[in-house]
Amino acid sequence: MTDAHNNDAHGGELAVVEPIPDPGLPEHQWRPTDVDPAQEKRAERQVAALFGLSALATIAFLVSYFTLDVGDDWTLIGNMGASTLALGFFLGLALMLIGVGIIHWARKLMADHEMVELRHPAKSSEEDREVAVQAINDGIAESGIGRRPLIRNSLLGAVGLLGLPAVVLLRDLGPLPGKKLYHTIWGSGTANAPMRIVRDGIWTPILASDLEIGDLVNCQPDALHNPERYDIDPTEVEGVNLQIHKSKASLILLRMNPGDIKPGKDAKGESRENWTVNGIVAYSKICTHVGCPISLNERTTHHLLCPCHQSTFDLADSGKVVFGPAGRPLPQLPIAVDDEGYLVAQSDFDEPVGPSFWERDYYER
Amino acid sequence: MSVDVSKVATTNGTTPATAKGGKAAGAIANWADERLGLGTAMKKNIRKVFPDHWSFMLGEIALWSFVVVLLTGVFLTLWFDPSMTEIQYDGAYDPLRGVHMSSAYASSLDISFDVRGGLLMRQMHHWGAMIFIASMMIHMLRVYLTGAFRKPRELNWIIGCLLLLLGTIEGFTGYSLPDDLLSGTGVRAADGFMKASPVVGSYMSFFLFGGEFPGDAIIPRFYAMHILLIPGLLLALVAAHMLLLVYHKHTQWPGPGRTEQNVVGYPMLPVYAAKAGGFFFIVFGTIAVMGGLFSINAVWKYGPYDPSKVTAGSQPDWYMGWPDGLLRIIPAWETHIWGITLSWNVMIPILVMPPLMLMILMALPFIESWITGDKREHHLLQRPRNAPTRTAIMVALMTFYGLSWAAGGNDIIAIKLHLSINQITYFMRGAVFIGPVIAFIITRRWCISLQRHDEGKLLHGYETGVLVRSPEGGYAEKHLPLPQGQAYTLTARDDDPTPETVEEIDASGATGRTARLRKLRAKLATVFFADNVQKPTAEELHDAQHHAEHELHELESQIAAGPNRHGPADH
Repeated sequence: MTDAHNNDAHGGELAVVEPIPDPGLPEHQWRPTDVDPAQEKRAERQVAALFGLSALATIAFLVSYFTLDVGDDWTLIGNMGASTLALGFFLGLALMLIGVGIIHWARKLMADHEMVELRHPAKSSEEDREVAVQAINDGIAESGIGRRPLIRNSLLGAVGLLGLPAVVLLRDLGPLPGKKLYHTIWGSGTANAPMRIVRDGIWTPILASDLEIGDLVNCQPDALHNPERYDIDPTEVEGVNLQIHKSKASLILLRMNPGDIKPGKDAKGESRENWTVNGIVAYSKICTHVGCPISLNERTTHHLLCPCHQSTFDLADSGKVVFGPAGRPLPQLPIAVDDEGYLVAQSDFDEPVGPSFWERDYYER
Repeated sequence: MSVDVSKVATTNGTTPATAKGGKAAGAIANWADERLGLGTAMKKNIRKVFPDHWSFMLGEIALWSFVVVLLTGVFLTLWFDPSMTEIQYDGAYDPLRGVHMSSAYASSLDISFDVRGGLLMRQMHHWGAMIFIASMMIHMLRVYLTGAFRKPRELNWIIGCLLLLLGTIEGFTGYSLPDDLLSGTGVRAADGFMKASPVVGSYMSFFLFGGEFPGDAIIPRFYAMHILLIPGLLLALVAAHMLLLVYHKHTQWPGPGRTEQNVVGYPMLPVYAAKAGGFFFIVFGTIAVMGGLFSINAVWKYGPYDPSKVTAGSQPDWYMGWPDGLLRIIPAWETHIWGITLSWNVMIPILVMPPLMLMILMALPFIESWITGDKREHHLLQRPRNAPTRTAIMVALMTFYGLSWAAGGNDIIAIKLHLSINQITYFMRGAVFIGPVIAFIITRRWCISLQRHDEGKLLHGYETGVLVRSPEGGYAEKHLPLPQGQAYTLTARDDDPTPETVEEIDASGATGRTARLRKLRAKLATVFFADNVQKPTAEELHDAQHHAEHELHELESQIAAGPNRHGPADH
């Protein structure tokens, strides 16, 4: 430890002899307002005028508040409405004029003598330190905490254990993940009613012949709109549940030349040849990087690009990553057509959709 | 200290204001002091001296914008409903009427379109938050680049770093609250970040969201953090930051009469209180004007959050931009082994880099003082050029930050500049490593050349702009010595210490780890100070002055003899 003003071997010293002596504080210069009463009066009037203008701006604020209605004309000027515009402008003006007035007052009329104050080292004096250390030692000695390890250790143990309630109490923040991340509502189709693929937003089923080569459709499972058809309780697809299902089940359909598709392998190592219908492929819309919905289609290359972090997936080649930070291919949904010719899911995805997590597995396509 | 106020504007009173307000004020003061003993505390602080410099105002902007954000935030809580219950919107904004959305989003729309001044307060809150974080960053740069973080202020530096961290988290939890499509996309990414955490990722996600993403718990939970937990911590740390500032007294720039042992400036009452208080109104007013005139986070344009939708160009608020940029440019690194997944592509940019940067920031004062061995108190500021390696370190960090941030806008850059997004990304992958190194080298050399320039001014005087031609036809510029005050200010700095040599360490008898550490330190110190220009000694100055006088004399006789003798008007 070295003293604050000590000569340290590497630190040099503070009070070196300066090559140029300190000329000392320059002499104080009187301002015009200090010596000329006319200037002084003028500055006084300026300050009062600034405050007066501020009061006018405040009145303008109040008038705007009561005369302009925020909801009526929200399209005006940058979609903010006349009310917001006027309130902000006059409030800002009222505040700024007070600020400028006060600073003008300080600069022109308040004494402008620089004062000198001496610094003190941040540390306490040696005497204070000694007294403080003595006081602490006395206190510790009188408590007997050093001499009574039984009390000390049992107290430490008891207090330490109290950390557990603090942690345990947080347990009900949420349920355990279980296998929830491994399933989507696409798996809820039945033998009589396989899960239909419907257009997102208008909820109409899709005939394979509806799509031209190059068409891309954003889709959802029919169960989100027609739960009864799949024997699903309607509350299961309402409100927050609907949001949860959408965050996993959102789907992209893309039709391409069947010859372009390179069928990969599924989780069991078998070919995905039968996962498509006439060149129509279905992939999860949820990016495997951090979960954004993927939405940008490069029509000529069957590449799909995530707008958040630009991961790019090749939908002709098992959804493999061709660019960007995503570490896993997009999960593919095996599709077929039902008796009425509508596109349906053969089954659920054979892997979790969305961002990677620790306990999930991986397989080569 | 007594002050000559003989000529101070009479409206101010020739005698300082005594408790002239009459008996009532005196009686109240007496009542309060008998119970609180305020007199003793005020005696020392009412006329406390604060030095003046424009750069000391940056922290003030942060403080005042924080106050504005607190005030506008309280206003917003009166209407905002932090609930994810689905309702049908029935407010004043036509395009979304009838749409199903969360109560949080609907109440954000109500604040914007049904409450007079509501949109103003929302926009002031958002602008204020941005100014808060931006001014904290710039204030931090000022403190670092001028050496104000040195002993005894290292702990205040750490408090400042924590304030920046908390401000950032406060910003994220805040802009996530309206539950619009853009903020929901940000929360979705945050869910991905948590899931990428080793071992406990999916558990963390389920606990935070109260089940599967998005659930209906995240908005109320963020709300509790945003209006209670984090502001409480921020307030406590701001208070500690200010108390330490008062205790240490403010740093000051060197100059005539300004030394390590004193502080020169204006008293708290009245000048500093008036300037700082007036400045509060100016910051408040500026934010109000911005809130009124500049649209920010127009949540009604994005629509309610829907996990199946996203807009192109989705970006977080700017202060989250740099980790987002790293997230964009990191290669697709994931390890799949033994049935588990390690998402380096998320962990490195999000879970490792931001905490690492924060730790580097917090450690900077300690690293520097360890290398330089400087354990003294410092109250005089240094110009950035006089600590070239320090300045270069910060500029390298800023370059890393800036490039990462730019990478976070790679899609926008690609569109605006008609470039390939792939090529921008590949470029950035290299640039975040090479850029800081180049910036370090350039900054360091730049600082040293500025030091040389200062040395030149001290030794050879300043350039007068007067050119003279000698009889031989050569041209020379007339230099004149600097005024003493300026010359003193330029020399009012420490000489860099001389690092230990290996021989000295060996001779001191140090062995093993200690010796190795000391040798490492000596080597680092040598690199740290290498090529720095030390201020001239008194002798050098004297010689230079002598030389200059001689030269000036010669120059003048040349002028007298040369073609300039009739003055420029003849030509």
